[in-house]
Amino acid sequence: MKVSTKWLNDYVKVDDLAVEELAEKIERTAVEVDETYRLEEGLKKIVVGKTLEVVKHPDSDHLNICQVDVGEDEPIQIICGAPNIAANQKVIVALSGARIAGNVKIKRGKMRGQVSNGMICALQEIGFSESVVPKEYADGIYVLPESAVPGEPVYNYLGMDEDIIDVDVTPNRGDMLSMRGVARDVAAVYGRELTLPVGTVNEDDGLHIKDYLSVKADKELAPAYKLRVIDNVTVKPSPMWLQKRLWNAGVRPINNVVDVTNYILMDYGQPLHSFDYNKINSKELVVRLAEQGEKITTLDDQERELQSGDIVITNGKDPIALAGVMGGANTEVDDNTTTVVLESAMFDSSSIRKTSRRENIHSEASMRFERGINRGTIEEALDYAANLIAELGDGKVATGIAQEQDIDVQDTTVEISLEKINNVLGTDLSVADVTDIFERLGFKVEENAGEFVVNVPPFRWDISIPADLIEEVARIYGYDNIPATLPVGPTTPGHYTYEQQVIRNTRAILEASGLTQAISYGLTTKVKAERFAFEPAMKSTELDFPMSSDHTTVRMNLISGLLDDVSYNKARKVENVALYEQGRVFFRDEDSERPREVEHVAAAMTGLIEDATWHDKKRPVDFYVIKGIVQNLLDKVGVGSRVVYTATAEHEEMHPGRTANIYIDGEFIGFVGEVHPTLAKEYNLDRVYVFELDLQKVMELSKDLEVYEPVSKFPAIKRDIALLVAEDIQNSDIIKTIKENGGANLASVNIFDVYAGEKIDLGFKSLAYTLTFENKERTLTDDEVNKAFDKVVNKLQENYKAVIR
Amino acid sequence: MNLKEKLAELKEQGLAEIKEAKDLKKINDIRVSLLGKKGPITEVLRGMRDLSAEERPKVGQFANAIRDELTQALADKKDEIEVIKMAKKLEKETIDVTLPGVPVTTGNTHIITQIIDQIEKLFLGMGFQVVDGPEVEEDHYNFEMLNLPQDHPARDMQDTFYITEKILMRTQTSPVQARTMEKHDFSKGPLKMISPGKVYRRDTDDATHSHQFHQVEGLVIDKHITMADLKGTLQLIARTIFGEDREIRMRPSYFPFTEPSAEIDVSCFKCNGKGCSVCKYTGWIEVLGAGMVHPNVLEMAGVDSNVYGGFAFGLGPDRFAMLKYGVDDIREFYLNDVRFLSQFSQKG
Repeated sequence: MKVSTKWLNDYVKVDDLAVEELAEKIERTAVEVDETYRLEEGLKKIVVGKTLEVVKHPDSDHLNICQVDVGEDEPIQIICGAPNIAANQKVIVALSGARIAGNVKIKRGKMRGQVSNGMICALQEIGFSESVVPKEYADGIYVLPESAVPGEPVYNYLGMDEDIIDVDVTPNRGDMLSMRGVARDVAAVYGRELTLPVGTVNEDDGLHIKDYLSVKADKELAPAYKLRVIDNVTVKPSPMWLQKRLWNAGVRPINNVVDVTNYILMDYGQPLHSFDYNKINSKELVVRLAEQGEKITTLDDQERELQSGDIVITNGKDPIALAGVMGGANTEVDDNTTTVVLESAMFDSSSIRKTSRRENIHSEASMRFERGINRGTIEEALDYAANLIAELGDGKVATGIAQEQDIDVQDTTVEISLEKINNVLGTDLSVADVTDIFERLGFKVEENAGEFVVNVPPFRWDISIPADLIEEVARIYGYDNIPATLPVGPTTPGHYTYEQQVIRNTRAILEASGLTQAISYGLTTKVKAERFAFEPAMKSTELDFPMSSDHTTVRMNLISGLLDDVSYNKARKVENVALYEQGRVFFRDEDSERPREVEHVAAAMTGLIEDATWHDKKRPVDFYVIKGIVQNLLDKVGVGSRVVYTATAEHEEMHPGRTANIYIDGEFIGFVGEVHPTLAKEYNLDRVYVFELDLQKVMELSKDLEVYEPVSKFPAIKRDIALLVAEDIQNSDIIKTIKENGGANLASVNIFDVYAGEKIDLGFKSLAYTLTFENKERTLTDDEVNKAFDKVVNKLQENYKAVIR
Repeated sequence: MNLKEKLAELKEQGLAEIKEAKDLKKINDIRVSLLGKKGPITEVLRGMRDLSAEERPKVGQFANAIRDELTQALADKKDEIEVIKMAKKLEKETIDVTLPGVPVTTGNTHIITQIIDQIEKLFLGMGFQVVDGPEVEEDHYNFEMLNLPQDHPARDMQDTFYITEKILMRTQTSPVQARTMEKHDFSKGPLKMISPGKVYRRDTDDATHSHQFHQVEGLVIDKHITMADLKGTLQLIARTIFGEDREIRMRPSYFPFTEPSAEIDVSCFKCNGKGCSVCKYTGWIEVLGAGMVHPNVLEMAGVDSNVYGGFAFGLGPDRFAMLKYGVDDIREFYLNDVRFLSQFSQKG
């Protein structure tokens, strides 16, 4: 809402305040201010000119040579290409040395051989928005009123010297979508007098509304629906004062009838609509719900198909307006209109909202009906407007208002105590302080022993409960004056839950392992969402009306997002990437609308884990690097000793020979491995290694630290064994065999070498293990260790045809 | 030459030889040849039996003194040689200490997480709990329970990704308020919570808009919570994130679930309020929204608004990070360029 302080000053004295100060005050007490501006700012040497003579340019088919009186001794010559230039017009002249919109400087020059000492301007050229320029001047220069004096600056004639405060009104403060509402609030804040002229009407005794129209309006759809008729109207451009008010409020002047409706809308916040009586073809207006599929062509020439919840104004048969949203083209006021029907109403706000949202029409009217209007001035606004149309269009207002029933307008009574106010705000206000605030706001107050009974007039329809009054007190008293304290009360412990702590630990562990935290998008494509499935039976969750085809489906895995990230890095020549992400994935069961949200953790690595340095060789990422990171994570979370890895080829997005499923106590918790080269290629990546774990399941399976185990005081005995086995024998099988046969004193088994190649027969590999034997009660003898070791060796030979080297 | 003179001569010779010695082997040789069983001193001492009983102890004493002196000289020389030897060894071992150390590869915490961590730490210390809520929410909790019925104009303030008519991507972390209030047993004490997490808006991504961002919701409900308490708490947040000297100011605003509502500005940390490009020459930067919990919200969650009340606030870690570090494109947070992420390795 653009507020001209000049207009505002008609209602409350503000002309003694700097505009910045006033804007700041509004911002600190009511609503946000987007900007303050003055159209003339930055402009220079732009004056009224009178075209004395206009002749065709000899060397151009569209330019004219104009002699223009700019208040100097001699007229000046200006070349002008506007189609509507003519002699004896008062025009806007940018003199040589002038500065016009966009900081453009005007210089004396020549156009096709003819001297031009300036420029005759259109409104747009001196800073007017395209959307407020009157239609007849949209494609040419602007013509000033005859009374304009050549040589004087144009700013005052055009209202460009007014300060404008553009306020961003929040949905609760619909009352401030009007000049009167803004004035009322400013008056309250400054404690100044408010003078609002009361709109009245002079009715013509000879004309009677009932001879023109009657109304049928459902009370639910239109709690108020009032019509007046103005007859014998001449439709023409509005006077300058009205045009200035409109364009300074951001509205395009059209004609005296439409302009009055817009003016009253801005003044009272009451949307009005004008119909051409002679186009209605009926003596009855009916407000009703639209029939499904019914059609109307609105003022913007769009044909719209209506739905049964829409409220329409009809001539008893066909819709002639989409109530509160936009008028119909079939009854539009035009230059030939002589009889105007003026509507002032209140419509059901939720229906208006539904219609305007669906049709995507956010008009000045619908915006106000959605937020509510002042019931107290529906009729006053109608009277004022009817009177003004008659005055500006030389018409007559018919006597009487057509309506089915009148609206009941009452104050809202809200009770509140001083104690409650101070308890909520943390202030120490007195009865007098609070009473003063309410009275400044125009509320009627009765007080008894700290209990207030407040009668709120209909101009503040947003106030209905005690909390609303507390807010009014707070903002008028000033948020700055509220002290700053901290809550006091019973002590409460502040700590993470077990799960929250594990999640945060997980991050620290992975970062210590060299991985950087990524936060990817939770919404992705359906294809990417469904990849790397943990629970293949689960359904995806898709947006009903996505904004972009890249973000349509809620993710069901974290790896897809990480691959996007790795790919983004690769495209920017970052080759070594080690990222992890901790976040939720979303699985939907067949019969549920809302998915389950499961905490996962995943990582993706590519390139080098360590680049070569003068000290060490480079270390490329491979399966065992990322597996080591997973194992370390599981160790630190306390489940490491129970983890089992099994080779798997079941994930179609993963390398079938380089992927392991991970289990704890037989429960699947995730997988680790290399991304399938085909998929990696899709991302323009070479080898990428990933893991993803169901962190929630890991947490469920993890237990508190088991009881401490004493360290043995007796020396351990180590035995190494190297064996030759077929290359498809898995390490995990050999370890298992060793553990099963090593006896009670076998404390640990470690693989320390894997070799295949030269000196080894094709199809075979050499594996080397260290077995550590230990007894906590005594020193072991060589004999018993040898015996246990031999048993292991025999079993390995027996089970795997192993050749001991 | 009598014995004494002989001994004296041996001493002089010995000391001269020791002085000349260059290595440990030579020292050992000297020790053996001079002081050994077959050495000259032993031999001289053997001749003592020919001395008178009167002279014997004197010469013996003299001989022992010489032996001690030589032993000491040998030890000293040995030390001297060893020091030199060590010095040589160390010199040989000298390396270029200006070569870089072996790099330790660790990862970083995402900058948004770092901001959230800071806020969590502050509030855990003040006895708040951290509560998580669903990202795919019911319209009921995301809007209705927050005093935003169907067709409320304020719904326009947040464009929403719907999944079905009733299910949506949460547009704010505020629904966690409603969920937690519903469950809280007020007979066991006040409710003090924060809830960090992802939220979603139906927006086109550009430098200042992202369809995904983060919020931290805060809520305190008790019998005597005031707007002054809200102000003090917000001041703490501002000072924790933006520095000790920050001031805050509150402006009236509107959120359907709080009344009174306020928008909070923090004094510009770049220019200290003088006016600069960060604060758009106002000296203040808008950082969060807050207010006193609307009685309808309390009642809908089954809390008696005549007895209980409190405040709520919502802040955006993305915005905080952008302001604090001068990040001018919000998309950076979700594209995860390693060069971007690794700039925030110094944890606050």
